[in-house]
Amino acid sequence: MSGPAIRFEDVHKWYGRVHVLRGISLDVASGERVVLCGPSGSGKSTLLRCINRLETHEKGRIVVDGMALSDEPRALKAIRREVGMVFQSFNLFPHLSVLENCTLAPIRVRGLGRAEAEARAMEYLARVRIPEQAGKYPAQLSGGQQQRVAIARALCMQPKIMLFDEPTSALDPEMVREVLDVMVELAESGMTMLAVTHEMGFARQVADRVVFMDQGEIVESGPPGEIFSAPRSPRLKSFLSQILHQH
Amino acid sequence: MRSSLPVRIFSAAVTLALALILLDGLWHFFSWAIVHAVWSVPRGADGAPDTDLCRAAIGRGACWAVIGEKFRFILFGFYPHALQWRPAIVVALFVLLFALSLNPRFWRPALVAVWLAVLALVAVLMWGGVFGLDFVAADQWGGLPITLILATFGLALSFPLAILVALGRRASGLPMIRWLAVAYVELIRGVPLISLLFMASVMLPLFLPEGIDINKLLRAQLAFILFAGAYLAEVVRAGLQALPRGQQEAAAALGLSYWQATRLVILPQALRHVIPMLVNTFIGFFKDTSLVLIIGIFDLMTTGRTATLEPRWQGFGNEVYLLLAAIYFAFCFTMARISRLLERRLNEPHLPIEEPA
Repeated sequence: MSGPAIRFEDVHKWYGRVHVLRGISLDVASGERVVLCGPSGSGKSTLLRCINRLETHEKGRIVVDGMALSDEPRALKAIRREVGMVFQSFNLFPHLSVLENCTLAPIRVRGLGRAEAEARAMEYLARVRIPEQAGKYPAQLSGGQQQRVAIARALCMQPKIMLFDEPTSALDPEMVREVLDVMVELAESGMTMLAVTHEMGFARQVADRVVFMDQGEIVESGPPGEIFSAPRSPRLKSFLSQILHQH
Repeated sequence: MRSSLPVRIFSAAVTLALALILLDGLWHFFSWAIVHAVWSVPRGADGAPDTDLCRAAIGRGACWAVIGEKFRFILFGFYPHALQWRPAIVVALFVLLFALSLNPRFWRPALVAVWLAVLALVAVLMWGGVFGLDFVAADQWGGLPITLILATFGLALSFPLAILVALGRRASGLPMIRWLAVAYVELIRGVPLISLLFMASVMLPLFLPEGIDINKLLRAQLAFILFAGAYLAEVVRAGLQALPRGQQEAAAALGLSYWQATRLVILPQALRHVIPMLVNTFIGFFKDTSLVLIIGIFDLMTTGRTATLEPRWQGFGNEVYLLLAAIYFAFCFTMARISRLLERRLNEPHLPIEEPA
């Protein structure tokens, strides 16, 4: 595929009269790992959710995997097939077992046979290191395990792009590591990744680029080393001092 | 914590007193229903039953003879006597169908086909006119089959309607559909069932083109479906609203279409949340079918009342009503059991456990 994996061209969004995205332009190359950070309310999650149209943008253009986002159902479905997403609150399907969570979409959307889907699910569950939990239900797992299942569920669709929306924010501190480890491994496998996270250690370790957003705008972006050690804008400086103060 | 001695003596006394009152009541009932009951009456010279024995026992003993004499009328109304095996089979079919649906082993898509087949068979048996069965017009039907038909067809058809309406009410981006769903629910809920039945039986024919005549039972059935649909829709909506938004989003993010997400992710969870409320509505609705008496349809309640209108049997309503109560209770209690079973069955594996393994 030529061209970027994701391209934002002057994207705007309003919630009623609140202007939450103000002219975002950003390219994410295939295989690139980008971390989005910024204070809460800066629009970073909204931006992420625009990529698979969980949110609609009102102005501008978003191109994903060469396809422009629109309400046209077939194009939307094609894009969602190629974009996996991991949510802050896991959003596993509680009425389905771990294995069924992982096979539902491959069977219904990709058209895989049950046996093939299950084999694939077991492969990814092994990759996130919980194959032994396949028969359990989400409520029987810890938060960290649930989030790893959620990652496996997204990977089972074999997407080209993975989106992470604050994947560790709802976790108890001792479970953050196990989820980050899986994400690092995934990053090292060459997956195109876009993650909203406050885990600066993760950003330093795997990100090719850190994008700092505030009040609906991209304020600064660059390699993690530059962003963290030589922030230019006062907004980023104050954000970093707050973040580092916490940790 | 141990209670003090006076408190314990007091509670023992209350328990004893209540037990005595209860026993006394039970004894009176037992004496009336069994000991002094009249089980059958002799026939007079003209072959008609002679109810003097029962009259003599009024106040002391029950007259179960009225049940023996009238049970076929109570159960089947004015359905031709010689053909009453047909509604009898219909009742048996319904009971079988409910029993089948009770068993979790049969909860698979094929059960829907079985339901459809049984409903078709019921129509054939009741109406006849095919396969050499004599035709019996719907205005001759009566009794238990009417109650079961109204309730079963009513629920089987109003439930899908309710789901569509509940979904329509939440359809963002389709204001017309949403508006229609809201208007439907509010209009139907704002009107008593009795007036709906009147409208269906009196006014609906006025709006139909000339020459088209839908029979009264079908019109009542329609009114019931619309009525139950509105109430069930609100129950289903409550279930949908209880679901976190993230479920829909996760399904969408995986590429599932709206209908796939609804069928595979949203409804299975939403409906399971509201099983007690659904069954509650079902039970209320089952009993509401007795309101068709006001438009002259002979359901179980009406045939029971009518049975004791005959001068000879007047005054023996208690016995008949007890029978009716027993029948209604049997069905409603069964529904309540199904509800409990479903709840236990569906919720068990999802209960959070203390220790994540």
